[in-house]
Amino acid sequence: MSFILDFNCFTPLGADLAATVDGLQAGRSGIGRFDDLVTGPYYAARFMQQVSSEAGLSRLETMLIHALEPVMRRHPLQGRCLLLVSTTKGNIAALNQGAEAAMLSTMAQRVADYFGFSETPWVISNACVSGILAVAVAKRMVDAGTYDQVYVVAGDEVTEFVLSGFAGFQALASGPCRPYDKLRDGVTLGEASAAMLISKEAGAFRVAGEGAVNDANHISGPSRTGEGLYRSMRIALDEAGLAGPELDYISAHGTATEYNDEMEAIAFDRLGLNMVPLNSLKGYFGHTLGASGLLEAVVALESARRGRLYASLGFETSGVSKEIHVLRETRDAAIRYLMKTASGFGGCNTAVIFEQVK
Amino acid sequence: MNETLYIGDYCLLRNGEMILNGESVFSDSGGSFTDFAKAAYHHFALSYPKFFKMDKLSKLAFLAASQLVNEGSNTALVFANRSASLDTDRVYQESILDKAAYYPSPSVFVYTLPNICLGEISIKYKLYAENSFFVFERFPAAFFPSYVQALLHAGKADEVLCGWVELLGEEYEALVYRVGKTGGPEHTEENLNRMI
Repeated sequence: MSFILDFNCFTPLGADLAATVDGLQAGRSGIGRFDDLVTGPYYAARFMQQVSSEAGLSRLETMLIHALEPVMRRHPLQGRCLLLVSTTKGNIAALNQGAEAAMLSTMAQRVADYFGFSETPWVISNACVSGILAVAVAKRMVDAGTYDQVYVVAGDEVTEFVLSGFAGFQALASGPCRPYDKLRDGVTLGEASAAMLISKEAGAFRVAGEGAVNDANHISGPSRTGEGLYRSMRIALDEAGLAGPELDYISAHGTATEYNDEMEAIAFDRLGLNMVPLNSLKGYFGHTLGASGLLEAVVALESARRGRLYASLGFETSGVSKEIHVLRETRDAAIRYLMKTASGFGGCNTAVIFEQVK
Repeated sequence: MNETLYIGDYCLLRNGEMILNGESVFSDSGGSFTDFAKAAYHHFALSYPKFFKMDKLSKLAFLAASQLVNEGSNTALVFANRSASLDTDRVYQESILDKAAYYPSPSVFVYTLPNICLGEISIKYKLYAENSFFVFERFPAAFFPSYVQALLHAGKADEVLCGWVELLGEEYEALVYRVGKTGGPEHTEENLNRMI
């Protein structure tokens, strides 16, 4: 069995998990307006203070270290340990210095060296499911008995590279993103890092089930039937021994594009999850790409620990065709089973179910 | 609990040559990678026009996988390389360098993710299965046996198609192979190093 021993994050809302979730509690968003792009003004969740760079490390590497450092301090390397790094674009901001400067393996190795890992780190780069898929991968490695502890760290930055790409797709929102809302009109990008320690040692949460299935439909558009997400959730629920409706909370993907949110609603409806409280945290953090799955899982775990469900910021009136229970207000709740879902370019989907065991 | 796994059919693609299970089945050296990919596409009569819209990394992965995949099977795709999508990232970067001629093309941008090649394979061969793309500095001969063992142990797939698909500029190399409960040599680090 695999447990979660520790978790943390480093976001525009706070330098650690407690500060970040206090921000959610206060209803704050990290999203602001910027005007430094050729394609025009845009909204994004960026660090407003400079990220103090460690010597010889890039800004993103420093972000990864900030998220992981408290976890490493509380749980030093012991037994057979693996570092799993998840990102979509890594140091893409350095690409103008040549391809070598943007190699993902170099970035991961620097983080591994910083904390003294002896084994070569694994990098997972699987579009927007990277961060949560890494949790599924970590669980399998612990369950198979190959590693005692897997430290997962995820991070991505807001860069001109990615902003211009989403702008080219006409996919950037005209204001802060509004997941599942009738007036939603696109994505708001964000930057953050997050960390989680998955271990064979018993902890407060366990990974109860996971699934990851491709839509086999389109490389840049979600399936109209939510096929891959539906199957991913079905597999995760079966492994957890759940039918679905007994889930206490879903931390959904909710990018606030028309097609993504509609696809999710269809997939949730197919599984009868219409009454399970859910939110998208993109209204607080923007879409942090390869970090999003892990960041939002970490915040969801803290949400469960505090017994609070946070309002899905930006949501007022449902704009999806199926009934789903989007949280309009922050409230208390006892949370035992929670599910994190994500979907991404390439047709990938992942669902991971966590159980709070004490 | 750790069942022995075996390497099945494999396809090696490099230096303008495709080798299937140790036998050269196609070669067309001398031209660019794109020329080679086009010639291979015609040689194997793949009749899948979307192929020409793909980026180079997707073409490389697709060509190798096309020789090995069983359509509609519960086959997980576990691929890795060194340069992620940097080959296409550089093409995209060119389109946003000149602020006066800013043209961020959506059809290029979508390929600036390495796992897109797995989406392409999944679409063509109707694989409703898991895709995961990893990045390592060099061919990870120890990673594949270790991860595939855990993936099959977790019961997430019947079979796995593994791939090392490295491409940057005109340098490329692909080794794609099947892993299952029956097959040829054991799926070990040593045997993988021998194959590449």
